[in-house]
Amino acid sequence: MITEFTPFASSIGGTMIGGAAILLMATHGRIAGISGIAVRMFPPFIDHDAIGRIVFIIGVIVSSIVYAAVTGAWAPMSIIGGTSLLIAAGLLVGFGSVWGNGCTSGHGICGLSRLSFRSVVAVATFMTTAIVTAFITHHLM
Amino acid sequence: MSLIVQFLIGLLFGSGLVVAGMSNPKKIQNFLDLAAMPSGGWDPSLAFVLGAGALVTYLGYKIVLKRKQPIFDKQFHLPKKIALDTSIIVGPAIFGIGWGLGGFCPGPAFTALGTGSSQAMIFVAAMLIGMIAARIIALKHIGITTSTVKA
Repeated sequence: MITEFTPFASSIGGTMIGGAAILLMATHGRIAGISGIAVRMFPPFIDHDAIGRIVFIIGVIVSSIVYAAVTGAWAPMSIIGGTSLLIAAGLLVGFGSVWGNGCTSGHGICGLSRLSFRSVVAVATFMTTAIVTAFITHHLM
Repeated sequence: MSLIVQFLIGLLFGSGLVVAGMSNPKKIQNFLDLAAMPSGGWDPSLAFVLGAGALVTYLGYKIVLKRKQPIFDKQFHLPKKIALDTSIIVGPAIFGIGWGLGGFCPGPAFTALGTGSSQAMIFVAAMLIGMIAARIIALKHIGITTSTVKA
């Protein structure tokens, strides 16, 4: 299924994500990396910010509801694959993002903007394996 | 106040993902599917999200990090690791496989949860289990004994 190329909306959305990353650094001194924030909602607690992280993630969750309320329609979303694929993908995404200290937001947005070499390596690596995986599942299976 | 601000920042972050179209796994997969270029099925939108996001953050961090401290904390918490190690290859490699399979990374998985999708619930549950497992193993592996503090 083809999705429409949306350079304008995607640049606006990216700017909003960047704005959120700047604000989180300015207010709480934290990197806006979703995987790091999500996993630190759970024990072991190494600081006193677990509730703040839960509240942040709730904000992310309800954003799609707010979007639907404002625009009058849910944003398009088509989830691919059955239950077993979603479980496998979820386990891999969860384990890999925390093992590598970041995902598309922490390494992609925040890390690249800090010109972190570790993040450049991380982004190059996950882009490569994701592109190879998409190729195999779309064209060889 | 600190918590309200954190909620609103999460809301802005998530809204950015939704506006950018990143809450749709199909859009992610169509970005990753480079082989669809000749047929016109390739969707480069994700590059614009990442590009705009990183550029804006680069400019904003320059200003913010000149300050002595953040508003609600005594210090900025920036990653201390600089040197490369195996985890910075192995972790992202595993993450990328899962991302390619489902088209979900952690942020969009949470925005999808907001739509009430049962498939998103399944994905997020598995993702959180994977995250917690990685953290427990990493903490044991590195041998860091974290002092347990009540949140």
